[in-house]
Amino acid sequence: MTDRLEVGIGERPKSSEQEAKRRSRVLMKGNDAVAEAAIQAGCDAYFGYPITPQAELLEWMARRMPELGRVFVQAESELGAINMALGAAATGARVLVSSSSPGISLMAEAMSYMAGSGTPMVLINVMRAGPGLGGIGPSQSDYFQATKGHGHGDYRVPVLAPASIGEAMELTADAFELAERYRTPVMVVFDGILGQAMEPVELRFRNPARKAFDWALTGAAGRPARVIKSIDLVPEVLEKRNIALQRKYAEISRHEVRWATESMEDAEYVLVAYGTAARVARSAIEKARAKGIKAGLFRPITLWPFPSRELARVARRAHAILTVELSSGQMVEDVRLAVEGRCPVGFHGRMGGLVPTPDEVVGALKALHGKVERTREHERDEQRKRQHAPAAAPAERTHRVEADAAARGHALADAPAGRRDGGER
Amino acid sequence: MTLNPNPELPARPGAPRLIYRKPDVLADRSTHYCPGCGHGIVHRLLAEVMTELDLPAHTIAVAPVGCAVFAYDYLNVDFVEAPHGRAPAVATGIRRVRPEAFVLTYQGDGDLAAIGTAEIVHAAARGERITAIFVNNGIYGMTGGQMAPTTLLGQRTTSSPTGRDPLLMGYPIRITEMLAQLPGVTYAARGSIADASQIGKLKAMIRRACMVQIEGGGFSLVEALSNCPVGWGMTPQESIEHLKGPVVEAYPLGVIVDRGVAAAVAGPGPVPGPRAVPGDGPAPDAPAPEA
Repeated sequence: MTDRLEVGIGERPKSSEQEAKRRSRVLMKGNDAVAEAAIQAGCDAYFGYPITPQAELLEWMARRMPELGRVFVQAESELGAINMALGAAATGARVLVSSSSPGISLMAEAMSYMAGSGTPMVLINVMRAGPGLGGIGPSQSDYFQATKGHGHGDYRVPVLAPASIGEAMELTADAFELAERYRTPVMVVFDGILGQAMEPVELRFRNPARKAFDWALTGAAGRPARVIKSIDLVPEVLEKRNIALQRKYAEISRHEVRWATESMEDAEYVLVAYGTAARVARSAIEKARAKGIKAGLFRPITLWPFPSRELARVARRAHAILTVELSSGQMVEDVRLAVEGRCPVGFHGRMGGLVPTPDEVVGALKALHGKVERTREHERDEQRKRQHAPAAAPAERTHRVEADAAARGHALADAPAGRRDGGER
Repeated sequence: MTLNPNPELPARPGAPRLIYRKPDVLADRSTHYCPGCGHGIVHRLLAEVMTELDLPAHTIAVAPVGCAVFAYDYLNVDFVEAPHGRAPAVATGIRRVRPEAFVLTYQGDGDLAAIGTAEIVHAAARGERITAIFVNNGIYGMTGGQMAPTTLLGQRTTSSPTGRDPLLMGYPIRITEMLAQLPGVTYAARGSIADASQIGKLKAMIRRACMVQIEGGGFSLVEALSNCPVGWGMTPQESIEHLKGPVVEAYPLGVIVDRGVAAAVAGPGPVPGPRAVPGDGPAPDAPAPEA
């Protein structure tokens, strides 16, 4: 497979820089590109188990890792794969594991152990539709799983969500760096579309610098023995470990939040989407602008830590937010937490391996736009009435407002979250 | 790897000499094991063998979930904790990236023969160059004495209060014999901690299993039949008698397979490249050498 790679990076024509740039782009499948990016990032060992739609990643590793004298093992299960990764990572090796949703569920156990014991590792989830065996179509229905903890216990792992194959390659190298800097598993999540599609990518690779680890198991020659573990049966000691973990997560939240924005300068309506959904949103934004809706894109790149503060700033200026996901609405919960009622938040999503079309998203956006504009118009009317009304009946008006609020509160409790703000499925 | 010459040999004939001492690799502390438990004996044997073979500085061991979960508190070697049953997979990961290390798992019967059967079977099938020390006391001791896959028929436990009934609870597993079928297994043996003679034989088995790994053989396993006085509801002495009687009857002692290191190494050539590990998995079509 090296041949295929060298197509782009071999002889570069000296004639023009542009030609060199053109030639350095090769058409690569997402799963293959990410696998090669991991290899170029210095991945020492890969452990995997076949599952669609990530099998190409495993196959690329099966071919390339032995070529380079590195470790590839096809495990007996995802349990086997992730625990092999745990062992290899405990010795300080740079380790990659990949799977797809049902396999990630099996890996949840070891993720908890690795988070608890501070073992760095990169785990790629090429998400497919669930629940259960579900289907093999693209999906983002593992957002909760990735960001709210896979296994048991109080822990988080950084979750990176690329929206293109090129970005997936960059984030794979970044993931190794984050994992080693913070001694934590790191997840990279994308879906079957990014995994299976081919895109022209620049062969720009990065191999993060290696540090000497003072915790790695290398054999206790000339030093006291080291133990990598998560158990502590003394509650006070275990609480201390947990406090240290939470401090680490606070530090990650301070320093590692990533997001991207597009067309936000004059945007009144903000689409929040990640991964493949962000690409659909991007097309929808163009169409919406052609129809006179000033739309922009806010794209979380780290799903945890979620760019809450940044989104809150956006929400202060926005008329409304529409979250687009390949799920029933998972990230939208974090969007609402970040927005804290500063503006209405709508949702549009498809499930089961289906991807919303840009037109669908524009439709949802128009519905939200219409509702918000009507509400704004109504508020302006109310304000005008208040300005012109005689100051005589404050008691009556107060009473009306209270009744109104009570009625609205009741309606809010009953209405399905995704529809409340106008975003229709 | 060279053997450690005995530094305690007397300088001159007739001088007092030390014939028995605690190996340094055994931590200087009392264990959490119940009175009369066999784990301490197995720890001790392992420590002696590791010391004699000069292994502690090269060792990366995997601690299980179960009574031996704190094994790292008693053996001064690098340790990683594995989730319940996953020790052979963890050990595989270590082995593959650290070809020079001595890699060891220490597992109980619940860990190895119930929740971790897939991991132990496939580590053995790959002929993974690791050594598993398998302590079989026929019960889940740590959680209060529940039935294990190795619990004898009729044996009362907290989860088989009227005795293990094969119609409802199936039969005890002789997992070491099962594993011995696999060509990736270079050495598999079963010993016991029942008395001094058996302990001596068990030590020889552990030593042989370690040597298999050192010499580049495939998977090696030693099952140590042990007791659980508390879980069995017996005094330590009664539990030893029980061990010598019905337990050994159900789990015969001896070497179950020793294919020899040469057979394991005679598989396919090592993986090319700097991380080559001789004997790192025989070819799927390699004929199984006779025991």
